[in-house]
Amino acid sequence: MSNLKKDLETLHQELVAGDIKAADLVEESLDTIEKRDPELNAFITVNDQQALADAVTLDEKGISDADKLAGIPIAYKDNIVTKNLLTTAGSKILSNFQPVYDATVVEKLSQAGMINLGKTNMDEFAMGSSTESSYFQPTHNPWDLDRVPGGSSGGSAAAVAAGEVLAALGSDTGGSIRQPSAYNGIFGIKPTYGRVSRWGLIAFGSSFDQIGVMTKRVKDSAYILSAMAGHDIKDSTSSKQAVPDFTQFIGQDIKGLRVAVPDEFFGEGIDEEVKVQVEKGLKVLTDLGAVIDHVQLPYTRYGVPAYYVLASSEASSNLQRFDGIRYGYRAEDVKNLEDVYVKSRSEGFGPEVKRRIMLGTFALSAGYYDAYFNKAAKVRTLIKQDFERVLADHDLIIGPTSPDTAFKIGTIVSDPLKLYYKDVLTISANMAGVPSASVPAGFDSQGLPVGMQLIAKRFDEGTIFKAAAAFEAATKYYEVEPSFKGGVR
Amino acid sequence: MISKNDVEHVANLARLSLSQDEVDKFTTQLDQIISMEDELSQVETEGVKPTTHITDEINVFREDVPVDDGITRDDLLSNVPETKDGLIKVPSIIDKGETDA
Repeated sequence: MSNLKKDLETLHQELVAGDIKAADLVEESLDTIEKRDPELNAFITVNDQQALADAVTLDEKGISDADKLAGIPIAYKDNIVTKNLLTTAGSKILSNFQPVYDATVVEKLSQAGMINLGKTNMDEFAMGSSTESSYFQPTHNPWDLDRVPGGSSGGSAAAVAAGEVLAALGSDTGGSIRQPSAYNGIFGIKPTYGRVSRWGLIAFGSSFDQIGVMTKRVKDSAYILSAMAGHDIKDSTSSKQAVPDFTQFIGQDIKGLRVAVPDEFFGEGIDEEVKVQVEKGLKVLTDLGAVIDHVQLPYTRYGVPAYYVLASSEASSNLQRFDGIRYGYRAEDVKNLEDVYVKSRSEGFGPEVKRRIMLGTFALSAGYYDAYFNKAAKVRTLIKQDFERVLADHDLIIGPTSPDTAFKIGTIVSDPLKLYYKDVLTISANMAGVPSASVPAGFDSQGLPVGMQLIAKRFDEGTIFKAAAAFEAATKYYEVEPSFKGGVR
Repeated sequence: MISKNDVEHVANLARLSLSQDEVDKFTTQLDQIISMEDELSQVETEGVKPTTHITDEINVFREDVPVDDGITRDDLLSNVPETKDGLIKVPSIIDKGETDA
């Protein structure tokens, strides 16, 4: 059995015992990347030499039992800045950007001894649900190479599913961790807004963005989230709430767990096979002692329009900084300063990013602010209240993660509206700031993974870990390997 | 209904220049997207307060002292496309031709 298919705890014990070395894991990781990435394109940058050097240093120092994460290969989504390592956010405008500092999450996990194997592909500036808007070409889904891995953290999800790394970080603004996790048959969690520092995350929608973890096994994410969460003086929106050791929730039984199942999550537009798999999943939870209750979240359908107004408005403001002056791409052949801004932006941004900037600028412009931005912000309040009401007497809200399974590359890239509705089930958690995860829930008739979404109260990731781990133990979907079928050989 | 003029106006506000093809495409697409967003008008929001952030923190203060995070001026200039004497170099604000005259 290859090492990267083992769980984190097993690897840790073998590292401590000296049965394997951190350098062996890095080499195995690099070999898998070399073998798989030509067809997957999950990585934008592979950190090969530094990763090996870091592993060798670690092996010389030795790994003690307390260093749970030491020597474990991880990859970072390419909107998370890494010192002296190319960080592009999937965009031409940052295609030459070498950050001069590490994001807080990278700093924390590096201190814990995790080895950075490189930077993963993503939709440009995390805007998309398929990783097709990347300047660096789409990522392919390991379960069917002709299909998208979802997005925007599609590179991270494919890299984990394909066994290139044990874990990867993603960012989630409207579903960008959970939907690709669902499409790739892995676990992925978007923590509570404020749980993890956003320092060093290239901003998209600052009141929605949150960094999270993606792994095959639930407990592995619990280890990593415990290490990277917590207050950070550099992010004034990060929370001072104490961070529990999330691994303590793994293995607890879920007898009496109160689960709310929203009717809206099983309504029109949700694929029948997805519904069937998630209903089977709910039955598994019931058998384990959970109590299911059917509820309504009537504002769910307004989540998509409200989100695209608000997140695009925040994006149009956040992306003003890309002007070709201090870093990134600068257009040549300009006549004056204004020209530098306009040409650098027009040549540096791709179509989806321009569309969102335009949308946000429109929603914030004179005469439209009240009808769009302010209205959407009020609808956000109603969505948040929907969640607070249901979660007041339930422990979890559960439904599908995505309305469908992975679709074919190129089929809807030219239809932004259709693509936007892929996020209908994930957006609300970002609107309300609550934690939410996708856990593998089996496969459709074409062998494509289905994800089940678990949403909890703010700062109650523990309940998500508890239920996801109990579900994983009962179903063991992680044992099924991706087929790497299809694609051009 | 979004017009080509609206699209060109918004592009100008966002410091983007669009080709005629892009203007055509964006006019159709933005019109579709904004029609979808018009669904928000169906929601009764009388008396509802807008939510623009979801953090519990209200005001976060820090001491007004310089931050020493080890990043040097040279580090910060390392990504600048064009520098001169340790400064960021940009083209002239008015057109080159006019300054030369």
